[in-house]
Amino acid sequence: MEVLKIATAGSVDDGKSTLIGRILYDTKSLTTDKLEAIEKTSKQRGYDYLDFSLATDGLVAEREQGITIDVAHIYFSTAKKSYIIADTPGHVEYTRNMVTGASTSQASIILIDARKGVIEQTNRHFFINNLLRIKDVVVAINKMDLVDYSEDVYNKIKADFEALMSKRDYQDQKITFIPVSALKGDNVVNKTDKMPWYKGETLLEHLEKIDKADIFNIGTPRFPVQYVIRPKTEEFHDFRGYAGKVYGGNLSVGDDIVVLPSQTKSKIKDIYFYDEKYETASRRSSVTITLEDDINVSRGDMIVKENDLPTIEKQFTANVCWMDSTQLTAGKKYVVQHGINKVLAKVDAIHHKINPDYSGIEEDVNGLGMNDIASVSFKLNKPVFYDAFKNHRTNGSFIIIDSQSNNTVGAGFIQ
Amino acid sequence: MKKDTSHINSLENEAIYIMREVAAQFENPVLLFSGGKDSITLVRLAVKAFYPAKIPFPLMHIDTGHNFPETIEFRDRLVKELGLELIVRNVQDSIDEGKVKEESGRYASRNMLQTTTLLDAIEEFKFDACIGGARRDEEKARAKERIFSVRDDFGQWDEKNQRPELFDMLNGDIEHGQNVRVFPISNWTELDVWSYIEKENIEIPSIYFAHTRATFLRDGLIWSADDEVVFRDENEEVLERTVRFRTVGDMSCTAAVLSDAADIKTVVQEIRESTISERGARIDDKRSEAAMEKRKQQGYF
Repeated sequence: MEVLKIATAGSVDDGKSTLIGRILYDTKSLTTDKLEAIEKTSKQRGYDYLDFSLATDGLVAEREQGITIDVAHIYFSTAKKSYIIADTPGHVEYTRNMVTGASTSQASIILIDARKGVIEQTNRHFFINNLLRIKDVVVAINKMDLVDYSEDVYNKIKADFEALMSKRDYQDQKITFIPVSALKGDNVVNKTDKMPWYKGETLLEHLEKIDKADIFNIGTPRFPVQYVIRPKTEEFHDFRGYAGKVYGGNLSVGDDIVVLPSQTKSKIKDIYFYDEKYETASRRSSVTITLEDDINVSRGDMIVKENDLPTIEKQFTANVCWMDSTQLTAGKKYVVQHGINKVLAKVDAIHHKINPDYSGIEEDVNGLGMNDIASVSFKLNKPVFYDAFKNHRTNGSFIIIDSQSNNTVGAGFIQ
Repeated sequence: MKKDTSHINSLENEAIYIMREVAAQFENPVLLFSGGKDSITLVRLAVKAFYPAKIPFPLMHIDTGHNFPETIEFRDRLVKELGLELIVRNVQDSIDEGKVKEESGRYASRNMLQTTTLLDAIEEFKFDACIGGARRDEEKARAKERIFSVRDDFGQWDEKNQRPELFDMLNGDIEHGQNVRVFPISNWTELDVWSYIEKENIEIPSIYFAHTRATFLRDGLIWSADDEVVFRDENEEVLERTVRFRTVGDMSCTAAVLSDAADIKTVVQEIRESTISERGARIDDKRSEAAMEKRKQQGYF
């Protein structure tokens, strides 16, 4: 069974939680006890409809204020696929939450309130989805019931959005427009007769058809060594295994490899997954590798194919999404976590800020605040082994950690 | 036809990756073991993650003293077979020391009391990471949980100020005194866990399968009448029923379900067709809509 991870984006009150609740309800994914809880609370509040947002807004403050504060993960299945939806909040910390949700998603849904049309937030949502190179984006134009299911309204919003699309960086992104009413259930799971002018798929029909577009299926094999396994038992006296996850491509027994940073060459001897040996370790598998030669390999090293080296440098330039209330300024020091590798980093220069509403760039920037996106250069205290984000999703991204608070304060996409 | 296991395989790979990050990033991790199916699954994943070496951290059971005897027997056998280190800390000791007060009445449970014993044990052993079997599909507040979830010196969860988690990157940096709760099976559903148990042929305690038990009804739920720790009114009639447990917590807060599912295959089938959520049989979550969130803020796992 396929799994599809989806992120949602929309402004406050665009109806994201209601949409997800509606999907759960119409696919009969809500269990009786959960449905009863929703019925009870909706009634207590005097609503004459079922408030499906109650299915996902899990925190007390969220239910009190009727807003989503933090990313929630929702799981449901159809006969065809398993789905994981990251329900991301639309208010102040939207960049942080959206980037978080979108970083592991193959597809995303951008919600637009039909009464409001494309607003500044929509631009930002689209920009971030494009920056993260999400392959399949659905633009769900919601609350169609409140604009009399008007085709003109839909066409106007579609045209406004298409104007944005011409400005995007990642042009291969697939975009689909669907007019829906999450509250009434029109075109979410079931087709509606309210919009005969719309001939396309319902939202779920579309999701069911998305190919298993594996977002991690780009690039060449990279094997960051997570952990060295040395049992030191009688049976496995000389065993030295390198545990890690394979990214980008496959690795096979007999492959000529190089260990970074030492640049020592060797060959893959065995590939273990638990107590079984395999000829090939496929992408995303957590295996243990042994090498032909007895060389020194430790956590943070990377095993790659001999003819296929990443960039090995003590600096890089990246698009950075800043997620903290403290400012990022030139000269400040942080910890950069690239994959599992942590290095000390100094902000060398902030080149320019990118306005995520597609209004261009701002030069001569002194610092970055919460939600800012900018092109930033870092100097590192030791070399890291990286690829450009557009060529390698995993090996081209990193997080920034504030060494005082230990918080994750930013994310970067290497250029 | 061969069963399609690609989904469960990818969850397994993710969980193994998380286990290894814990061993690498922390000095003193522990795996919280309750004897339930989720923590048994965690043990299996840990065995796989570090093979052929042993699991590089101990197991810890916070024993409420109200466990099903089958669970405890099973726990001791598993630990022996795998040659693992097991730490047990008892809620009864916390009660005896006057740190917590036993609840009374018909809904009395020691579930809440576990938190104090757990936090004391974390301090006693200076654990910096506690691996737990919580899943995001279980409950609304858990749906908001991170894979690496930072707790302050008081073991508290600040749900409104969680670290963003991007891609596969897990940030385990903490200050002295803080600890991280780690949830390797965050993205698994109840059905995924059962499917994995079936696929891997993992042994689980017998109470998960249909058996005959003396039971009584309260609030539409079926309770075990075998043991004195479950409060029963005189007028609540005891009947023999064929039941099984879908979730195994404290006897006092875990209700049974009517079931004829006597083997893993029929259990998986039953879960697939069920219209009631797993925690629908946990009275501790029914105390209020925010019961779980409140317990988590206080340090509950």
